[in-house]
Amino acid sequence: MAIVRKCKTFLVVYYAYMLEYRAELLLWVLANSLPLIMMGVWSQAAEGGDFSLTALDFARYFIAVFIVRQFTIVWVIWDFEREIVEGKLSPRLLQPIDPVWHHVAAHVAERFARFPFSVGLVGLFFVLYPQAFWWPSPMGLIWGCLAIVMAFILRFIIQYTFAMFAFWLERATAIEQLWFLFYLFLSGMIAPLDLFPEAVRAVIVWTPFPYLIYFPVSLLVGIPTPIARGFVVMLVWCALGIIANRWLWRRGIKHYSGMGA
Amino acid sequence: MTIITCDHLDKVYPVAIKEPGFKGTLSHFFQRQHRHVQAVQAVSFQIDPGEVVGFLGPNGAGKTTTLKMLTGLIHPSDGQVRVAGHIPFRRHTKFLEKITLVMGQKQQLLWDLPALDSLKINAAVYNIGYREFQHRVDELSEMLSLAGKLTQPVRKLSLGERMKAELLAALLHRPQVLFLDEPTLGLDVNAQVSVREFLREYNQRYGATILLTSHYMADITALCDRVLLIHQGQLIYDGALNQLMNRFAPFREVKLELTQPHQTSDLEQYGEVEEVMGREARLLVRREDLTQTVSQILADLQVLDLTITDPPIEEIIGRVFQSGKVT
Repeated sequence: MAIVRKCKTFLVVYYAYMLEYRAELLLWVLANSLPLIMMGVWSQAAEGGDFSLTALDFARYFIAVFIVRQFTIVWVIWDFEREIVEGKLSPRLLQPIDPVWHHVAAHVAERFARFPFSVGLVGLFFVLYPQAFWWPSPMGLIWGCLAIVMAFILRFIIQYTFAMFAFWLERATAIEQLWFLFYLFLSGMIAPLDLFPEAVRAVIVWTPFPYLIYFPVSLLVGIPTPIARGFVVMLVWCALGIIANRWLWRRGIKHYSGMGA
Repeated sequence: MTIITCDHLDKVYPVAIKEPGFKGTLSHFFQRQHRHVQAVQAVSFQIDPGEVVGFLGPNGAGKTTTLKMLTGLIHPSDGQVRVAGHIPFRRHTKFLEKITLVMGQKQQLLWDLPALDSLKINAAVYNIGYREFQHRVDELSEMLSLAGKLTQPVRKLSLGERMKAELLAALLHRPQVLFLDEPTLGLDVNAQVSVREFLREYNQRYGATILLTSHYMADITALCDRVLLIHQGQLIYDGALNQLMNRFAPFREVKLELTQPHQTSDLEQYGEVEEVMGREARLLVRREDLTQTVSQILADLQVLDLTITDPPIEEIIGRVFQSGKVT
């Protein structure tokens, strides 16, 4: 029961914390409108070119990308790096709980705080563009939601693992920024992976990238995709990430000198 | 049975060195060089349960580094350390539940939320039940005169109130050992006094052990019978505060107001004359001769007023650090 109480308290307090940033929440939602821009570009291109997807397919694909992004945004590396550089990790290390749970709670709580803004924006999109509206199949919705949760977990684990390098580097966020470049292209955020050459697709399906956006989006909009393989690859990457993370954490803590603390 | 034991504790830090200027920047980029700084060197001491010990030293002497090793935040390069029966850097849950570290210039409270929200998180972390949580918050907020302040966002609190709220958060789990690093830093005199009174009361009520660093000597004189002096990473004194005072300030200052002016030569027989200004004079008299000398002055001279004071403790401690040794 203690664990339930801990989870509840963390979520309630961090939800209150996130709601302190009312104006910022709307701006953060809008700041992730790259998929909507890509939607405009690709829908326009589809009308004039020969693609496997129609303009309407592109619109649905990218609004689904927008939705998936809203639930999978992760910023833990920026917070963790600041904690290390400014010595703010010290008070957290003195508590009998792994500091990661503070970050997890803040991220999960932020999803709830962001939810009404995201729903409002998606609703507005369908009001302006009613032809694009669709209902995912019940199974597509269930698997899609599960894939979104998994995508968030995987993205969090990967970024938190990169964050561990802050113990040795002054700016671990540089790793994330390099990684983001691959994420941008290989996750399906810039273009659906169906448009990529077959050889490229054959390789990237074994990387974590497609599972962070393309996989849940495909399940939501109904693009055929191997569901079992998708979840297995995600689980394997999660496991690898956790192993690397804990290994780096143990070494990092030894190296930590409590800078500025 | 001691609660804190340090035995030949060492800490060596690698520090990057960079020459000024463009050339220095380039060589720092391509070939980073480090030198090793011995922050703490063979520090040994023991503290018994319930003691309140002052930990003094100039900036960079190794106080905070020692506190970090005692709380398990950093690994010692060499030596042994045990706190409350645990090896700190293993960071066992049982150990973390017994200690706390308060740093005057660092905060653990969530800035944009009322302190009560951060306290709820702490209660969950330390498995403190709701009723017990309420009881402890009421008790500590009364001791700290924080009633009504805990529901205001932390950023709206004054510096003194914030520090008190930090103390409350750090003590909610009733730790046995308190490490306090400059807990009154930047506070006004009233706030300093109330923090000091709180710490004394907490120590008496719960028998907690306190190791305290402060640049305000009033904190040390009000709370600590025993002091540890650290200088350039080495412990140079471990003992009673008044013994240190006696050793470093064997004189007391006698201020005289006389009915008529006297020459310096008239007063030299009583002690070292610091100043003579008209009818007023200041003399330094050895502690052991004080009673006899004062009686003699009162018998020989027509005195309107006489006061005896200790030299300021800051001056004594400063003298110790300047000499770098106590013996």
